[in-house]
Amino acid sequence: MTVSAKANDNSLYIYLSGEMDEHSARAARIRCDDLIESNAACCRLILNLAGIRFMDSTGIGFLIGRYKKAKLLCMQIFIENPEPCTDKILSVSGLYALIPKI
Amino acid sequence: MKNYMKLTFPSDSVNQSFARSAVASFILPLNPTLSELSDVKTAVSEAVTNCMVHAYRHTTGEITLECETFGNVLHIRISDTGVGIENVELATTPFYTTLDDEERSGMGFTIMQTFTDELKVTSAKGQGTTVYMTKIFTDGQTDAE
Ligand SMILES: Nc1ncnc2c1ncn2[C@@H]1O[C@H](COP(=O)(O)OP(=O)(O)OP(=O)(O)O)[C@@H](O)[C@H]1O
Ligand SMILES: [Mg+2]
Repeated sequence: MTVSAKANDNSLYIYLSGEMDEHSARAARIRCDDLIESNAACCRLILNLAGIRFMDSTGIGFLIGRYKKAKLLCMQIFIENPEPCTDKILSVSGLYALIPKI
Repeated sequence: MKNYMKLTFPSDSVNQSFARSAVASFILPLNPTLSELSDVKTAVSEAVTNCMVHAYRHTTGEITLECETFGNVLHIRISDTGVGIENVELATTPFYTTLDDEERSGMGFTIMQTFTDELKVTSAKGQGTTVYMTKIFTDGQTDAE
């Protein structure tokens, strides 16, 4: 999984791509939290999932973890552009009630 | 036609991707749709990851992955000889997890259940766990894809 980012005045965009499983999530967690902390002045965090080709329940835990991190820093968090396979698992788990899709 | 395969591999997380890809390749002759293929990969990944993070927590053990196909039906069996589950009914409840502090959501079994046609779990504390899943394919040959 790869992680890249782009920030403007009030929004931080994090682009996740590749396969999200327990093996790949470890490094991505640290990388995302570093990005969030160094852009704590942003009031919105948008997680772009367009590049995610595979996700299992590890992804749900991963996203909830970033939700908690963003909340602590008073950032609003959103999910953008999930592929159909990602969308299915996020819908089944009820994650969109916590992190809305835009 | 009847077909089968059996794999054994160590519970190293590097094998997560290998295990689901192996099953995906094995079922290609059944002409799964893209969404069926993705469902199977996700369900396999859930069961295999559980062996790695729960059954063999802090150790390495052996995971056995078996698949059998009869016509358009796939049977999967994933087993470990790790710590086992004391109460299977409780463990398969949505959001139930014993690893809250590690960003686990407790949705693994619920996803296996939703993404396959049948899920069965047998386990004995201290002896290990076996997960059985069945997936029926709609037959992609009649699919316009
Ligand atoms: N192979 C196994 N060996 C021992 N315990 C298991 C095994 N599989 C599951 N469990 C137990 O069942 C619980 C529920 O499993 P499930 O996959 O639903 O959730 P999780 O793995 O905790 O979280 P998630 O899959 O959402 O990351 C686990 O927390 C664990 O206690
Ligand atoms: Mg799990």
